Parts: sequence; structure tokens; C-alpha cells
Amino acid sequence: MNYFDRDLESVHQQLVNGDVTSAELTKQTLANIAAQEPDLQAYLAMNEAAVEQAEAVDAAGIDPDNVLSGMPVAIKDNLVTTNMPTTAASKMLENFHSLFNATVVEKLQAAGAIIVGKTNLDEFAMGSSTEKSAYQTTKNPWDLTTVPGGSSGGSAATVSAGQVLASLGSDTGGSIRQPASFTGVVGMKPTYGRVSRWGLIAFGSSFDQVGPFTRTVKDNAYLLNAIAGHDDHDATSSDQEVPDFTAHLNDGVQGMRIALPKEYLGDGIAPAVKDAIRAAAKQYEDLGATVETVSLPHAKYGVMAYYALASSEASSNLERFDGIRYGYRSPEAKNLEDLYVQTRSTGFGNEVKRRIMLGTFALSAGSFDKYFKKAAQIRTLIIEDFQKVFQDHDLIMGPTAPTKAFQIGSESTDPTEMYVNDVMTIPVNLAGLPGMSLPAGFSDGLPIGMQLIGKPFAESTLYQAGHAFEQNTDFHQHTPQLGGK
Amino acid sequence: MNFETTIGLEVHVELKTNSKIFSPSPVSYGADANENTNVIDWGYPGTLPTINKQVIANGITAALALHADIEKHPHFDRKNYFYPDNPKGYQVTENDTPAATNGWIEVQTADGGTKKIGIEEMHVEEDAGKNTHGNKYSYVDLNRQGTPLIEIVSKPEMTTPQEAYDYLEGLRERIQFTGISDVRMEEGSMRVDCNISIRPIGSDQLGQKIELKNLNSFNYVRKALAYEEQRQAQVIMAGGTIGAETRRFDELTGKTYLMRVKEGKDDYRYFPEPDLPSLEISDAWIDELRTALPEMPAKRRERYVHELGLTDYDAMVLTQTKEMSDFFDRLIELGSDPKMASNYLQGDVNAYLNDQQVKLENTKITPEALAAMIKMLMDETISTKMAKKVFKAITQGEDPKVFVKEKGLIQLSDPAELKPIVDDVLANNQQSIEDFHNGKDRAVGFLVGQIMKRTQGKANPKVVNQILMQALNQ
Repeated sequence: MNYFDRDLESVHQQLVNGDVTSAELTKQTLANIAAQEPDLQAYLAMNEAAVEQAEAVDAAGIDPDNVLSGMPVAIKDNLVTTNMPTTAASKMLENFHSLFNATVVEKLQAAGAIIVGKTNLDEFAMGSSTEKSAYQTTKNPWDLTTVPGGSSGGSAATVSAGQVLASLGSDTGGSIRQPASFTGVVGMKPTYGRVSRWGLIAFGSSFDQVGPFTRTVKDNAYLLNAIAGHDDHDATSSDQEVPDFTAHLNDGVQGMRIALPKEYLGDGIAPAVKDAIRAAAKQYEDLGATVETVSLPHAKYGVMAYYALASSEASSNLERFDGIRYGYRSPEAKNLEDLYVQTRSTGFGNEVKRRIMLGTFALSAGSFDKYFKKAAQIRTLIIEDFQKVFQDHDLIMGPTAPTKAFQIGSESTDPTEMYVNDVMTIPVNLAGLPGMSLPAGFSDGLPIGMQLIGKPFAESTLYQAGHAFEQNTDFHQHTPQLGGK
Repeated sequence: MNFETTIGLEVHVELKTNSKIFSPSPVSYGADANENTNVIDWGYPGTLPTINKQVIANGITAALALHADIEKHPHFDRKNYFYPDNPKGYQVTENDTPAATNGWIEVQTADGGTKKIGIEEMHVEEDAGKNTHGNKYSYVDLNRQGTPLIEIVSKPEMTTPQEAYDYLEGLRERIQFTGISDVRMEEGSMRVDCNISIRPIGSDQLGQKIELKNLNSFNYVRKALAYEEQRQAQVIMAGGTIGAETRRFDELTGKTYLMRVKEGKDDYRYFPEPDLPSLEISDAWIDELRTALPEMPAKRRERYVHELGLTDYDAMVLTQTKEMSDFFDRLIELGSDPKMASNYLQGDVNAYLNDQQVKLENTKITPEALAAMIKMLMDETISTKMAKKVFKAITQGEDPKVFVKEKGLIQLSDPAELKPIVDDVLANNQQSIEDFHNGKDRAVGFLVGQIMKRTQGKANPKVVNQILMQALNQ
């Protein structure tokens, strides 16, 4: 069984009916993953105890009120787990076993989900292609010569390939939405503080959020129901009430006011992407919404501000990987200074080192005012841009990424060129807003994603609008080449 | 050439809390290495800090005790540097928005006046761990990592080593009375770094400052500063210059030695800690803490002298620790005579504490018991001599009233009860009566001794004396 043309509710119903047991489902899922792994390279570790855990859920009985009960899911390998290694796709954490589980892992397990494995990513979530993993390059199930996007490429690919119905990724500047766009699935970056970061290996602390990948909008809402909420372990987690995100899915978009920023259809956006978004806008208008062109004048500075701020935070967050207490330690070192230099020089990959240096520079005494402070000011301006638009709009729509998935190895010699891939996702992280990508078209057989951006804690609005679009289009029903084989 | 000295002090004070500033690990002394640590203290991947509210409250209390302005919207910052005892690679501190600014401590000047020493700022931060170095290996103990600290930075307004000493005493005393720290240098809960420079009198530019680190007592601070001002003067007089240095003080030789030369400025790449939201310190919270602030030692001394009639010396001894002073106040509240209470605290109680090497708060002596004993002394139920036995019982946790009753220690003060005994002793000691009338004063002592013997020491000597003299003079 693969999960194409199925959703959480239908599989859940089969589990409840006893048509299939969680153990059977899990075994089949593991077999599918194993069969495709040589091509897809989506996983860094498998859960040896998955079937055993599924049997336990079967024995306890599938919870008829919980669609995740007994359901196989996958999680990104920057979420710490006790029963599987957590590497963040870095040599620095090769064979690292955490002593505790991330809060989202605890929540999934409490819901009865079976975590089948840990998915590949760009090292420490730094990258837009999952080519920066220290271990392997994950392929895009739609075309194995293209990237699945990143950094949550493994989590996006496994859902896209129909191996699981749901997975978790993390999004610092677009790392859930851009791979969702490239692989034709639904990816949600919740409001900053909506989901606990406890157990997420930090990249840019003031940007990072954990969020779900699914095949449908409704499934995505189910996943967010399971992982959202305040956590005493995370001082930045919000105590905002968590609604049932599936409650308003069928409310439609009649009367909804949607903003389309003109900057999101400007230069650098592929024509096919622009066409898809314009068609989506028309679709929304046909469904009774109004779509108005607005301006986010400071969005174009977002990428620069983000790389100054996120890299600064990253340079500090990654200081703990020093070879002293856990993780990789260079065997070459002769003294303390050497231990730091050797461990970090050989433990981190180039992209990570590049950002550490960028952040270290931005924070240095001579540069702080010029870069970090300036970037923080831009961040404020971008937040104000959004606030202004949201004064008279319910949500913002636009492309998720400027293009469809690109070829593996196509990164130019200028490493910063790829950073513009996140030009439309980054402002959302700078402002801490919820953002969702869902399938909205194809270009030469590769998926195109549409991004919906909401007010703080208005994920429900995004699900509502996303579901309305999904109900009137069939983009989410297409299956990738890998699944067709 | 004559010089003037400029001294500034940076004082770290460990706050006394149950748990660490950003983790639930306990804060306690004497634990095995790394026993008081958890994944947060290790900077383990995926962990996040949460703020211990008690630490923030203690910081505000300290700020109030130092007469400082309180920051209403403080945020924490990261101070980045690599060192094995710094597990995250950064220390979390308040660089940008210190918890308090513009405080002061009043010290006595040599001419009997007072001087306010300014406090530049006070910030809250986490302590680092500790490295120890063996023959082959180095060991990292993170028990201290995350212990809450306040760092109090004085203005460079002290001009003599004695002033620095007095400032530290004032600081220690005030912090100790707030109860937020033990402020014990020997246990490392108070640590002092000194900056000292000299300049020709009249110069409007400060000289190059030298940093003195790891001083173990206030006395060493005073000695090291005194040595340093002499040394610097000699260097300058000999035509030399003072470089930017960190020096240590050797207690045996009384001299300072070069530890390291400071080259350039460290770049800690401070930035706001993104894992912790900014704090909102409400006026209501500040007021609540202000109300809870105990009376400060200087105020107490004033009250002891002016309201209770104690000497300056007594007042000073009683306010050496908050526990002693609180104990004394409670004795007074329970109706004890101030002088008698003061004497017992400074006498029997202190002797007991010294003898047992124990702190008052860790003994079985309670103000209630001691007050009951003093009351029995005041109303002459027991004698001073009996009180020795009663006090011993109190140290064992016994109720003095019960003890006195059970041991039959109640003093005989009733003249009607004593008169027959006195008469009987006189009747049996005619020789002594004669001796007395012949002017031999010693006879009285003998007679009193006889009466005491007959009453097994329970007779009230004062009453006995009265009755005896009356009888003899008849």
C-alpha cells in the first residue's frame, strides 16, 4: 500500500475497522521506504522499534477519535530522539543519541503515531536543496535529477513519494514551504511560538519553527492539532489558545479579502510560476473572495536582513559543538585551541562554516551596528509592512519559490545565489507569521507551490483558504514519477 | 611627585536560590562533580533556557538595597567565547540592559564624615563551570554552571584601599541583610576584581588601570591595593610606564605579580538572547519587593543605639549578620531587656557558636527559649548562675521553663521563706555575728555561703543579703 489518493481519515478508518493493523501498515511503509531509498535517499535513520511500537498501539486498540493513532509518520533529523540517532545531517553529530525527546516527538508518540525514521536535511538546516547534508543528497520524487528543495528535503520527499502521509520539518527561512513547493505537497510553517522548539537543534532561534508536511490541507491541520501548544520548556512558546485547526475547513473563501503583493510577481519569478499564481487568484475570485494587489516595500531587503540575523544566531547556536562534551571530536588535536579548531574545521561542512563566519563577522565589534542592528531595523520595517496589509486583508497569497525544482548540482559558483530562493518565504519568518505552501500547478511536469501567509496565530484561516482551493483543483492528486514506477 | 589613586571594583555575588537561573538543576555546595547538572547546563543540542523568576526577584531586591534605578524592560544577551567550562559557547548576561544602574553605598571617611561610592550598574547573569587540571587530563565540572549571579560594577570613585574595604563591607552587609546571598568570599559566593590606577595630583586624566583578580578576602583586597599604589608610583618615579595588565596577589609575600598582559580588547560579539523573551518588570512587583525588604544594618544600629540604649559597639556586633540581628529583634519583641539580650547574644550564644563551629540558624537555640530564660532572670525566678545550666539546656533544644521546674532551679526570693533559714544560720554562728560587729566584713560572705548551702544555691543572693543585713544590724 502506498498513500496516493489516500488521506489520514481514510487510512485511519481502515485501522479502526480492522481492515489493516498498525503493525501491517508500518511494515508496508518500511518496505516501501526500503525499496525506494536507493533512488530517493530520504532517510538518515530508521526506527528499529517501529513495528514493535505499532504492535503496542494495536494491542492497546486504535483510538477512534485520533487520526494519528497507529499512523506511520517521519520526522526531520534535527529533532532529537532517544531511540534513533540525531545527526542534523552533520558529521559533528555522527552517531549522536539524545538523552531526551523533542516535545513534538513526545506529542506525536502520545497521539499514537509511529515514527518510522529520521529524514535527511541540509546540514543543521542550512540550505535550500538538501545537497548540503554531510551524508547524502535526497532526490525529488518527481524527477530524480532535481532537488527536493531544502532544508527539509527528506521530509518533503517521503510524503511526496507516498511513503508516509505526514512528516515534520523545520522552517527558519522557508525550509518547510520551499521543499513542499518543489515536491508538490502541503507544508505549514506555523506562527513563531505556536509549536515548541524544545528538542529542535537550533539554527536561527528567533526564526525556527517546526511544522508538518502532508498530502492534503486537512491532513496538515490534523498534524498541527497534534503538535501545537505551549511548552514550559520553551520560553518563546506562546500560551495562545490552540483551536481545532480542522474546524473551519469547509467555511470557504466567500467574502475573504486576499492580498497579492506586487513584489511577489516581479522580476526573477519564473513565468510559469506567475501564471499559476494568477490562475489561483482567479480561482479565489471565482470562489467569492476579493484579491487585491498590495505592496510589501521592504520585502526585497528581507533576504539580506535574514542572512545577517539568522547567521548571527547560528554562529552562536553552533558554538556548543566544540568537541568537549558530546558529538564529534577531532582525534588530531594537541591542545585546547587545537581541539576547537580541528573539531570545528573537520566536523562542519562548508555551508555551515560559511554561515558561522558570516554571523561571526556580523556580530563583531566593528560590524554589529552596520549589519546586525541594521538588519534588526529592516526586520521591524518588514513586520510593519505586513501589519499594514493585514489591517484590511485576511491573508496574503503569492508564490512559494521563484521557480520549480532545480537540477541537482546546479548551484553556481556564487554560493549566495541560492539564497534568493527563499526571497518570498523569508519575510514570513522575519515577521514570525504563519505561512503555508500548497500545490498550485506544474511546470514541465514539476510542481509549483502557492504560499498563503496569515496573521499571527491565524493558521485556521490559511487552512480554510487552502482547503477551498484544494477542493476546486486537482494538483494535489497528481503522483510523482517515482511513485509511478 | 605626589599621586592620587583611583579604584573601581567589580563584585560578583552568587544568589541563593533553589535552582539555577535557566535550568531546574539544584544549586548547592559539596555535590559530586557534575551531579547538579542537566541537559540544559551541558548545552546539549535541542535544549532551551527558561528563566527562574526568583533570580529576577532577587536581582530587583539587590537593586533596591543598592539604591539603584531598576530597568523595567531588561533582556538577556549572549556573550560569546570558547572555553571548556562554558558549555554553550556563550554566557547569558544582561549586557545591553543591566537590571539596575546608578546605585550607591555610603562609607565612613577618615574624618568621621560619610561618602557615597557610586555604583555604575548591576546586571544578572549565569556563572560558568569549573575546570581542574590533572597530570594527564583536564576535568570539567559544570555544577557551578548556571548558578545565578549579580555583578555589581562600582564607579571609579574610591581613592584609598581603606575606602575600597569599607565599600565592600557596606556591600556585603546590605546584600547579606536582604537574604538573597550568603556573600561569603571563602565559599566563592562573593568574588572581587579590582581596578586601580594612579595619576599625578591635579591631573585630569586617569592613569593606566591594572586589574587585580582572585582576591580571597577583604583584607587582601586592601593589602593588594596598598601594595599596588606604591608599586605603580615607584614604576612611574623611576621613569617607567604602567601597561594594561592583570595581576594576582600573593598572600605570603604581600606583593602582586603579573598574571597576563592584556593585548587588544576581547570581542564577545554580544547580541540579544533569542531564546528568552524580554521581561516586563511591573511597578507592583517592585513595590512588593520593596515592602519585603528587611531593615538595613545601618538603620538597625541607629535604632539599637537611640531607641534601645545600646552602645555603638554592641549595635555593631549584633548587626554582623542578619540572623543575629533578627534573633535580637525577636528577643526584644518577646519582651527581653535589650542590654541583657545583647549580653547573652554576645556572650553565651557567641561562645557556643564559636565552640561548636556552627551558625546561629543551624542551632537549636530559639529566640522564644532565650527570651523565656531572660524573663526568668529579670523576674529573679533564676539566678545568673542557674542561667548557665538553663542556657546549656536551651542549646539542647529543651524548654527552659520545663527544665527549671524539673531540675528545681527556681530561686528562693520570698523573704518569708528565707527569714527562718537566715535566723537559723545566725543562731548557729554566733562567732560570725561577733566578727561582723567587730568590723570583719568577711563574716558576711561566710554567712551568705552558709545560707546558700542550706538552700542548695537556690536562695536569691540579693534578698538573702537584705534579710541578713537587717538581722545583723538590729
